[in-house]
Formats: sequence, C-alpha cells, structure tokens
Amino acid sequence: MIISMKVSQTKAVSISELKKVATEIRKNIIRMTAEAKSGHPGGSLSATEVVVALYFQVMRHDPKNPGWADRDRFIMSKGHASPVLYAALAHSGYFPAKDLINFRKLESPLQGHPDRRRLPGVEASTGSLGQGLSIGIGMALARRLQKKDYRTFVVMSDGEMNEGQTWEGAAFAAFQKLDHLTLIVDFNKYQLSDATAQILNMESLAEKWKSFNWDVQEIDGHDLEAVLKALERAKQVKGKPAVIIAHTVKGKGISFMENNNHFHGVAPTAEEAERALKELEGK
Amino acid sequence: MARERKMGMATRDAYGKALVKLGETNSQVLVLDADLSKSTKSAGFQSKFPDRFIECGIAEANMAGIAAGLALSGFVPFINSFATFLMSKTYDQLRMSVAFPEVNVKAVGSHGGISVGEDGASQQSIEDFALAASLPNFSVISPCDEYSTEALVPQIAQSSGPVFMRTGRPKTPLVYDPKKPPHFEIGKGILLQDGQDVTIIANGLLVFEALSAADLLAEEGIKAAVIDMHTIKPLDEELVIAQAKKTNAVVSCEEHQIYGGLGSIVAKVLSEHCPTPIEFVAIQDTFAESGQPDELLEKYGLTAPHIQAAVKRVLKRKKK
Repeated sequence: MIISMKVSQTKAVSISELKKVATEIRKNIIRMTAEAKSGHPGGSLSATEVVVALYFQVMRHDPKNPGWADRDRFIMSKGHASPVLYAALAHSGYFPAKDLINFRKLESPLQGHPDRRRLPGVEASTGSLGQGLSIGIGMALARRLQKKDYRTFVVMSDGEMNEGQTWEGAAFAAFQKLDHLTLIVDFNKYQLSDATAQILNMESLAEKWKSFNWDVQEIDGHDLEAVLKALERAKQVKGKPAVIIAHTVKGKGISFMENNNHFHGVAPTAEEAERALKELEGK
Repeated sequence: MARERKMGMATRDAYGKALVKLGETNSQVLVLDADLSKSTKSAGFQSKFPDRFIECGIAEANMAGIAAGLALSGFVPFINSFATFLMSKTYDQLRMSVAFPEVNVKAVGSHGGISVGEDGASQQSIEDFALAASLPNFSVISPCDEYSTEALVPQIAQSSGPVFMRTGRPKTPLVYDPKKPPHFEIGKGILLQDGQDVTIIANGLLVFEALSAADLLAEEGIKAAVIDMHTIKPLDEELVIAQAKKTNAVVSCEEHQIYGGLGSIVAKVLSEHCPTPIEFVAIQDTFAESGQPDELLEKYGLTAPHIQAAVKRVLKRKKK
C-alpha cells in the first residue's frame, strides 16, 4: 500500500488552522503505521493536540536550522509515539512529508523509536520509558549555565509515571527550581497491557506532582485552546518547574480506535486505515 | 625478588586532582555526583568550581540522564559514583540516553575491584568492564597508577564520545616515573618491558603485580613482556597480536570477574587473528568479601605469585 503524503507546511496561527493541522497529522499517523504494518497509533493520536500546539504555535524552532542554539527543546519521552513526532517534524519542514512513508523501514531515518543521530530535529533518542525527563532536566540546567532563554518541553506518558527515574527527576527539577522546564503528561488512561488504573494506579497524579513542589495544571488535552493557555501559563511560573496533566483519549479522533487499547501497539489494517482516513476527511 | 613498592596516591585521588586541573582549562567540563563526592574524589572540583558541580543526590539514573541532556547542549559532563553503582544502576540510561545516541558523557567509577576492602562485596565492582564494554560506542579505561590517571583524564575530556573509566580506592604502587613519562593515548597499550617467552597483559592495580611477577620469573630465566593495557575498549589489537606472535604465550591480569573483561576481549582477538595459549588471572566467577585489600587480592588470586603461576601454566601449553 503506497499512500500519498501531501501535507501543507504553512505555520498555523489560529485555532481553526491548528485544528486542521491536527487532522492532517492524525491522517499521517494512520498512513505511516498502516504502511509500516506496525507502530503505536493509539498514544500518537492522544498526544496530537499537545504536539501540534508546541510545534506550530508555542515553540521557537527553525526547521532549516535544527541545531540553532537558542531553539526551544522538545523531548518525546514516550518514544513509541514517534509517528506523531515525525508527522509534526515533516509538517514543520524538517524533511519532506513524502518521506514519512519510510517509517520503520530498513535504513530509514524514521526508526521505530526516535533516533537523534538519524533524524535532524529529534533532540533525544528515546524508547526506554522514563528517561526523557532527566534529559530535559539536563537541557534546562544547560540553559541556566549558558544564560540562554530557551525552554525545554518533555512529553511523557501516564505509563511512564510508573518508572522510578521519573520521580528522581521530579524531585531534582523542583529542588533546582527549573522554571524553564515544562512537562506534559499525556494521560490517556491506558498503558500496554491494560488501563493504567488496573496496572499500577498512580492517582492522584496531580497531588503527587504538587507534593513534589511542581506547578500543576490539569486540562483537556484535546482542547487546543486549553492546551495553548496552559503552555502559556506554564511559561509564567517562576521558581519551579511546571507540569501539565493533559487528560486525553487513546486513539483520539477515530471512532473505532478511541479507548480501544488494541491500537496501543498495533497498526490499523489497510481497510481500517481507509475507514479512519474517511472519518478524518469529514472533520 | 619481587619489585620494590613505591606507593603513590590512589587512582581516585589522582583523578580528583586531574579533574580540578581540567576545570581550570576547560570551561565546558561539568561534574556530577550522587552523594559520594568525598569518596569518588570529585569533591575537589566541587569546592573549586561550585557552579559547575551538580549534586544529584542518591539518584544515579537521573544523574546519567541529566548528563546526557547537558552533553547534548555542548557541555562535557563527568558523572561519578562507585563503579558498581555507576555501571549497574544506570546501565539502561547509559545504553539508551548515552551510548545509543553517542552522547559525550564521561562516566568515572571509583572503588573498582575487590581492593575496596572492608566494605565488602556490595561495594566491590567486579563487573564494570564487562558492562561498559558491552555498550556500543563506549570506550573503557582502567589506569594503573597516579601518573597514568592524570595523563589519561585530559584525553578523556578531549575525546568525543562516551567513556567509562574505573579508579581504585587504595593507594597504588607507582608504575611510571614522572621524570620519564611515556606517551599515553586512549586505545594504545604501553609495552612496559619486552621479553621473548610470554606476554603479560594487565590493567589497573594488576599492572604493578605483573611487573613484579616478571621480576620473579626473570630469576628463573623466563623473560616476560609486560603491557599496561589501560584501554580495554577499543583494545590495542595490533600490539596484542604482535606480542602474541613474538612470544606465543599470553597471560591476562585484571581485578575483574573472569567473564567479559580484559581477558575475554584479548582472547577474542587472539582466537580470531593468531590462536595462542592464554591463561587468565581474574576473579573466578565469584563475589568477594570484607577484608584488607592485600588479604583479598591474595585470597582471590590476584598477586604477583599468582601471575607467576599462570605464566608457568601457559608455558607448558606453549607450542614447541
């Protein structure tokens, strides 16, 4: 199955334009995973609005100069959500959108999980859960030492809240008052095997982060206005790092994938992809 | 007569000193520790450059990840802990956040080997070479005395990829004469003395024991070549092969578990390029215990007489 990858590369400014970008990104998540016959569509679809808000509105970055010293940093700690990251990078202009078709293929820069050596624009290689926050902390410390003004954004999954390293980082970042660090938890309520509430319930997540002395916001992670507002507010917080707990729906945007954990790590079939794309066309 | 011991400082102390020197000339060097700076000897840097020292608390995994983020931002971070904790507790972080993306993090583990002494097996690192060497893109280094440590640290800072270096806790006999310093280079072994009968390849504390064993062997008319193989990976294959071809017998010596360290890597190179009888002086697949360093080295078979015996064994196997 060869799918055309036509997406626009204009920088969105209005909410309605951002919504259009989100739909385009969702289509590419479906196309990429269906073409690869593997990958993780569920957690990519849940993080779409957060990633779109960051790449197309909030972050300062230059696709023509991925090494720009003053750029904001983005780390996809939940590395299996590579499809949404790659789609956003392509849509931003880091590489031609037609290359998305090579996702997970031999020698492709679009590895199953992000590989910074292969793909300019990827800040950190991820895929072993729970490591992204610490890397982001290192970047935030570097910013302070270099007296620069960039921000570091880390997206983690609710499943990653199980990892001990996450809480080592939580304690450290607050103790160091890293106020140029924003963490977004894609709280889509599922991890690989089952609902997070069944596997290892981390609720109340907000209370945990508050007790670690972080600034905590809870939002609807699919409401672009709310996402933008929360990211903006996080910027204003002084003296502590900020976490945004984004309540999301796994598989968001496609009726038969929503809250269907089958699609955690299983790609849609060709027929399912066609149905999904048809649904997204209607949005 | 075994060689006279002129004691120098512990390699961890030499490292601490070298780190301060490095801090004076390289502003990109940062030092991270996990609540062990007084023991790892990163404390010297800490008091001299408090703004470039990052105390991470007893959270090694986070420390390794932070170092990756700092290195990705252009700094040269040195992370410190006991070797066993540094390699075991952060193995996944060193794999995923450092080795795989080829990030410029320098990991220095003190308290290598069983010469840690009285603290016992939990603190004695005997697996660190194997763990570090198994990570692609990592260089693995184990200096033998204070001079070699001080010579190698700036090179580690200059090198462009991930490095693991082991230092030791006790005072260490001097191998090198500071008035006649050899040329140190990561990845290049140093032929300390030549000899036609057997080649002894050692690192760390066992380099001095190897020289001492060579003296004992000389009394019996056996001429042993001794190599300080401070870099375990990338191994100086050229030197190993040349010496093996010349002497047709090899003994490896290390304060490390017998599987996966210097001996294993030397044996791999030999079996590939010039199969040669080899004997291994190492810890025989066991954990050690509390005791004085000298008592432990004696009990676990890591002294000059043990090396001498290994040479005798390998000579019996040597092809006539």
